[in-house]
Amino acid sequence: MITVNNLHFSYKKSKGAHKVFDGLNIAFARGFNVILGPNGAGKSTLLKAIFGLLHYDGNIVYGQESITAMDTEDRIKLMSYLPQMDVEISTLTVLEMVILGRLPELGHKISDEDLDIVMDTLESLNIAALAARNFSELSGGQKKLVFIAQTLVRKPKLILLDEPVNSLDLQKQLELCQLLQKIVDKQGVDIIVVLHDINLAARYAGHIVVMDEKGSFYSAGRPDEVITPRMLKEVYGVIANVTCDEKGTPMVSPVCSVRRV
Amino acid sequence: MEYQIRSKESANRRLYNNLVKKRIVLLVVLFIGLAFLTILNISIGSSSIAIREILSVLFTGGGDGHNPMIIREIRLPMALMAMGIGASLGIGGCGIQTILRNPIASPFTLGISAAASFGAAMGLILNANLFHVSDTLAVTVNAFAFSLLVAVGIYMFSRQSNISKTAIILFGIALNFLFNALTMILQYIADEDELQSLIFWTFGSLLKTTWNKFFIVFAVLAVCFFILFKDAWKLTAMTLDDTKAKSLGVDTAKVRRKVIFVTSLLSAVAVCFVGTIGFVGLIAPHIARQLVGEDQRFFMPLSALTGAFIMSFAFVASKVIIKGVILPIGLITAIIGIPFFVTIIFSKMRTMQ
Repeated sequence: MITVNNLHFSYKKSKGAHKVFDGLNIAFARGFNVILGPNGAGKSTLLKAIFGLLHYDGNIVYGQESITAMDTEDRIKLMSYLPQMDVEISTLTVLEMVILGRLPELGHKISDEDLDIVMDTLESLNIAALAARNFSELSGGQKKLVFIAQTLVRKPKLILLDEPVNSLDLQKQLELCQLLQKIVDKQGVDIIVVLHDINLAARYAGHIVVMDEKGSFYSAGRPDEVITPRMLKEVYGVIANVTCDEKGTPMVSPVCSVRRV
Repeated sequence: MEYQIRSKESANRRLYNNLVKKRIVLLVVLFIGLAFLTILNISIGSSSIAIREILSVLFTGGGDGHNPMIIREIRLPMALMAMGIGASLGIGGCGIQTILRNPIASPFTLGISAAASFGAAMGLILNANLFHVSDTLAVTVNAFAFSLLVAVGIYMFSRQSNISKTAIILFGIALNFLFNALTMILQYIADEDELQSLIFWTFGSLLKTTWNKFFIVFAVLAVCFFILFKDAWKLTAMTLDDTKAKSLGVDTAKVRRKVIFVTSLLSAVAVCFVGTIGFVGLIAPHIARQLVGEDQRFFMPLSALTGAFIMSFAFVASKVIIKGVILPIGLITAIIGIPFFVTIIFSKMRTMQ
């Protein structure tokens, strides 16, 4: 699916530059991908680079096509992206906010197709009842779901989500992951999700990519291959027990930090 | 736009239509109110004309004496000009508030109007023709050049990182002072006749309206509205944050350039024909936003209608406050506008970083 080849990127600062990637190589699989890694590993930056919001050196390839060389229009058609930080206040209604996700083809008159896709998506996220409400009146979790809906209504082939479960309660976290899995299975969509919850990743991811705090590739593979006490110690700096449930899904219970405080 | 209600509409369509219906009703109501104000504006003046007579002159071509001429050649173009200018400022304010994501931005508060005024004054007093166009166009083109310069300046300033919304407004106010001072220098060196025309600019007045001027204002307004309305959804996306708009596939830099160009043009034309009119570009989008939110398919037309409504109302007020005297309309909009401005500052600035 997506392969990242020799990616170099730095954030420009007033004094020099802050280097994020220095020759990063990563291969994602088809289906449900999760990126794990500590704060500052460049997970969000990687998603931005894939989506085309950054000027970087290197090449990112989707199947046989170079995303790096694609123009914005084609890139928008191929993927949708949910940023980590999102808008809090807006005068739009939920329906309008989600309709915006259909933007590239959106006319002034909303077509039945647009409306149906939007309402079906809201339904699948259990927030159809909020459609006519003002966005600003919603709770943090509801807002998040609205933006997830906005990401889904474009019907992209590839979905990039940056910490989508933040501010969702436990039930909604699981529901969202189940919905994403359904989208992957039924519609053949590929997704790349940045998560902090390793147990959630273990349960739902088909393929996990681990990045370390230097912005380098650490390991990748099935959850049970990747989530090991050694990885947790070397990447997160945490001593943790890893047990497996009856289905072979690893479960992490952290013990303490390696760093002395 | 047409929103057909079919006999067998889906539940989704019904939900959407309900949402939209209120907004369309608002637009229609405001439009009717505006038509009423326009008739009222034709009726009120140094001699009042009965509404029945106005309607008969306008729609059947009847009437006798001087009144048909007064109505057709003086009061109708003035009343329409009030609408046209109000709508231009409303759309200009709507556009600039959207791209700066700032509810206290407007061509007037950011100094764009003051710059246009200075450009026009240069053409008038120094006979400066900066771009070597025909003499009739020189004043307008000068005004446009300066308004564009300031709009671009504000834009560049706002693009720097860590610039707060308040800082942008203060920068605009500084530019306002600068161009007002420059205009005053021109006033100081102007002779009496020129000074008379300049005063007209600083106050803002509709009294010099002619049909030709109205047609120019109207044509520019129509073109600008069309250009912006085509991008209604993109502009709606830009009311969210920049990354969001980009993630929705909006070329934000391109839309910003377009809005800056169009807003400068609208402000320049408004200033050239009626002078500096304050606060309409600020209040109109503010009211429209409260009424329908920032879905620009409705926000933009409603800003235009609200602007037209405020100007027409101010024009009525300018004629009735002191009997027999027509006050400059710019003074009226300032008096109406300042309480609004202060309210917006109190309610919005607290939440702005």
